[in-house]
Amino acid sequence: MQVTSSVRDPLVTGGKTVKDVSHDISRQVEGKPTSLWWMAMAVSLAVLGFGFYCICYLLWNGIGVWGLNKTVGWAWDITNFVWWVGIGHAGTLISAILLLFRQKWRMSINRAAEAMTIFAVICAATFPLMHMGRLWLGFYWALPLPNAFGSLWVNFNSPLLWDVFAISTYFTVSLVFWYMGLIPDFAVIRDRAVVMGNKTRASIYNILSFGWQGGAKTWMRYESVALILAGVSTPLVLSVHTIVSMDFATSVIPGWHTTIFPPYFVAGAIFSGFAMVLTLLLITRKVFKLEDYITIYHIELMNIIIIVTGSIVGIAYITELFIAWYSGVEYEGYAFYNRVQGPYAWAYWSMMTCNVISPQLFWIKKIRTSIVATFVLSIIVNIGMWFERFVIIVTSLHRDYLPSSWTMFHPTMYDIGEYLFTFGFFFAAFLLFAKFFPVINMAEVKSIIKSDSEKTTHDSHH
Amino acid sequence: MDADKNFLVGIFDDDELVLNGVDKVRQSGVKIHEVYSPFPVHGLDERLGYKRTRLPIAAFLFGMTGTSLALIMQIWMLGFDWPMIIGGKNFVSLPPFIPVTFELTVLLGALGMVGTFLIVSGLKPYAWPRQFDLRSTEDKHVMAIDLALNKGKSKEEIAGILKSAGASEVNEKNFE
Repeated sequence: MQVTSSVRDPLVTGGKTVKDVSHDISRQVEGKPTSLWWMAMAVSLAVLGFGFYCICYLLWNGIGVWGLNKTVGWAWDITNFVWWVGIGHAGTLISAILLLFRQKWRMSINRAAEAMTIFAVICAATFPLMHMGRLWLGFYWALPLPNAFGSLWVNFNSPLLWDVFAISTYFTVSLVFWYMGLIPDFAVIRDRAVVMGNKTRASIYNILSFGWQGGAKTWMRYESVALILAGVSTPLVLSVHTIVSMDFATSVIPGWHTTIFPPYFVAGAIFSGFAMVLTLLLITRKVFKLEDYITIYHIELMNIIIIVTGSIVGIAYITELFIAWYSGVEYEGYAFYNRVQGPYAWAYWSMMTCNVISPQLFWIKKIRTSIVATFVLSIIVNIGMWFERFVIIVTSLHRDYLPSSWTMFHPTMYDIGEYLFTFGFFFAAFLLFAKFFPVINMAEVKSIIKSDSEKTTHDSHH
Repeated sequence: MDADKNFLVGIFDDDELVLNGVDKVRQSGVKIHEVYSPFPVHGLDERLGYKRTRLPIAAFLFGMTGTSLALIMQIWMLGFDWPMIIGGKNFVSLPPFIPVTFELTVLLGALGMVGTFLIVSGLKPYAWPRQFDLRSTEDKHVMAIDLALNKGKSKEEIAGILKSAGASEVNEKNFE
């Protein structure tokens, strides 16, 4: 009964059956964590602990402990915020936009990518929260709550407030979408636990699975819900980075005040997100032996998306430079002259090399199908994308309109510490996810196993 | 014999087998309780005669609720309850209200729809499902026939129909 397309590469190799999918993916949930897992967890928690100390110090003393000054009022915090939000975008792109476009290759990577989205958005949210200094008052500043300041409401004209709504909606909807996908897979683990006689695990995973049974009527509704969630998540994900870019674009700072920011930021977000998905998945597939599910073909397709979005980002950089000159606006012209030639030129050229030149290497088939090259380039892309945000934010601010206000930005231990905190959290959360949750969407992969699995000699007599 | 207690359970090995099986079983006049599958089988809902779900309508209504609430909230707060001069702009101007309106539309639409789905499908964290066969989440498609609703036929007759419809095994399952 196996039908295999001769045009496309198989999405699942190794002649897997439906039963093999349950076994291969549930196995790592059912086994004990390896020593490698414990080691990675220990490192993540150590980093998290150091970061937590820095956050406590920050909350106690106020944000003066960061390297911010009167001229550069935004630096690492907003850089890291935008960087993490951007990373999150790949998960929604894979699970929502590729679902609408019926790209079946999303199926083995969407679960991990969505988990990454959720953890990345949490990491991102910590920065504006910390930047408020007095976190406990943040509710009144950020949410339209009745309060004792008159009834002074939040300012709905401000892109910073739009961000509050965009990020929290994005987080909630992504979490719901991700959890909906997990429900049938938790039921698989529950039923396997019942068969194995592990009652504790069975009841935990039954709670997680909401008592899922998989009746045809439930599946029908489930598919309808998934399609609509994908439909609303698609404009949602585009809106989120659009609104993040408006934090800058609606201001009148040279270098920020440009109309190309929304598409440029969205493309950059997907670019960095796919790089982070690759970094994580290349490790996950190796550690959990998922080479048959996350194949070289998947990696190649993700690299192609990196070429596309990387090229869009490259064109955006060049357009910005061109317009800075062509517009004849001397402030805009100076801001870009300063980026290319000024004291932060090293950051600008790091960004250009990492984001514009390095993804072009993926035009070479040998490079985009090489695991080592992909891994290295995926990290380089994310370094580049961090520098992009740093360049946009700090170089535009550090040369103020008045030369007497000109200054430089130097991060302190607490700037670095909070960035490390988010790394510690991100990797600890991902490790927990990879150990206790099925890292591949079993139900979806099972539904394509007949049409997109590798043909083996065993099936050829059908 | 009460309804919803005594079942015959046909196990199908493959999604195509169960699709054809549903047709055959229904043609021979046996009422199917439900078919449980490890993954969504396309066309199964139509062959079982299920009507299209109205969840999209629920999602739309929840979404519209979000849109209205967001607009009412923003216009009331900034336009009527406590107008503030912000950069000399109008108190009520629609364009800056669009982002928050859009986000709340999506938020309420998504949460409302998923909540409705969980309720109508009886999915809740503390419920143990009544399982006909544990393999239905693993790799088998499980067709359950309520014997009380098929009184015209004997148990053996129904088992024969299931077998000839492609079931690889037929088991009996009784619930208290």
